[in-house]
Amino acid sequence: MIKTQNLTKNYDGLLAVDDLTFSVEPGEVLGFLGPNGAGKSTTMRMLAGFITPTSGTGSICGHDIATEPLAAKAALGYLPEGAPHYGEMTVGGFLDFIADLRGLEGTQRTTRLDYVIGRLQLEPVIAQTIETLSKGFKRRVGLAQAIVHDPKVLILDEPTDGLDPLQKHEVRTLIGEIAREKTIVISTHILEEVDAVCTRAIIVARGRLVADDTPAGLKKLAPSGRLEDVFRAVAA
Amino acid sequence: MKTVAIIMRRELASYFATPLAYVVIVIFLFFVNLFAFSFGALFERGQADMTPFFTFLPWLYLFLIPAVSMRLWAEERRNGSIELLLTQPLTLWQAVLGKFLAAWIFVGLALALTFPVWITVNYLGNPDNGAIVAAYLGSLFVAGGFLAVGSFTSTLTKNQLIAFLVAMLLCFLLLIAGYPAAIDWFQSWAPQWLVGGVASLSFLTHFENIAKGVLDLRDVLYYALVIVFFLLASTVVLDARKSR
Repeated sequence: MIKTQNLTKNYDGLLAVDDLTFSVEPGEVLGFLGPNGAGKSTTMRMLAGFITPTSGTGSICGHDIATEPLAAKAALGYLPEGAPHYGEMTVGGFLDFIADLRGLEGTQRTTRLDYVIGRLQLEPVIAQTIETLSKGFKRRVGLAQAIVHDPKVLILDEPTDGLDPLQKHEVRTLIGEIAREKTIVISTHILEEVDAVCTRAIIVARGRLVADDTPAGLKKLAPSGRLEDVFRAVAA
Repeated sequence: MKTVAIIMRRELASYFATPLAYVVIVIFLFFVNLFAFSFGALFERGQADMTPFFTFLPWLYLFLIPAVSMRLWAEERRNGSIELLLTQPLTLWQAVLGKFLAAWIFVGLALALTFPVWITVNYLGNPDNGAIVAAYLGSLFVAGGFLAVGSFTSTLTKNQLIAFLVAMLLCFLLLIAGYPAAIDWFQSWAPQWLVGGVASLSFLTHFENIAKGVLDLRDVLYYALVIVFFLLASTVVLDARKSR
């Protein structure tokens, strides 16, 4: 599970994340919503251990991100925004590299690699360098590295960004499939995605938490009953 | 240690995935031979040793080593893969060390490819091969010192050219500090202890014996300390940039 307590990030006077406290339980798929620049990626980067909070704490599966960073990172699968990659590596070589770093060994390693390659349909491009792939394939490689070690907690920063409708559907199905025993946070600004995969959603604006409810509960906040109107009202 | 090896393997492979590695090696070999045979007058000296070759090496390192080290961190930051790397379960030190070792092995390979010079010297005379091996080992340590400086400057920026130029400048200052002209200039105004201190910090001072094939433990220790210092500085910068 994921917990944050008064998580704050201050970039030289610019408050990117302001006193954010929330927790996510196993079985939940939390949609992390908000306009661009609201602090979604900054929050995720702090939880993933890429940037250090100015104040406040966070934990992954009970491992504090500041005092036990390695244990926290080991329990987490993370897809950074834009799915960065090593362009000159082949898909197979890259996944081998991540599996090595994640300490996968023996039959478990083979099983997991086979699973992610099959599940994300990467066989046709396995020997291609990542820089030659389409955006959709690059995103799937990013997802594959995030789940290869079967982490208990997944943080996915805009997992469907740049995918075509068919691929979007595929990714949502995948998230739905693995959601039962995992704790998942996905950030998105595609509101239909919240309905499609999330059991709960929080909206952040200017670094602050402005709403936290189930998708159905959130819709009740607007007279029209449409998520879009709620989003516009609370995020403005 | 296992994590360091994993990082190192990936980094080393990525050197050879782009033309950069081959370009650097070819240019390095071109200049090595030019310096040793033309300017160094390896033939004309009438002595069967490689002293001219080794004497020129640090000056060649000055622009080739930064070209090898500039990409270590700057490229990761430029294309965002640094976020992928640093969110894996590893420490900054493991990542810094792994990347450094890959670069060091790469330079070691370039150095090993200068073996025709060694063969030539052996063909023409009877050099002290023990001294040559010692000088090669020493030169590898010197390369490590240069590379560690380059690793450090590469963490400062996402611009590889800046990483290259700043590494070159830092290495130049470290080299020149022991050059007779620089020492003379220092002596004109600085107290003796400072002159000695600066000179003893110089790459060049600690290279003189190495070029002659004398591997003094103090020189090796000096370069080992330079390596550790600048690698630690690299982790400090990377850590500082996380909490910026």
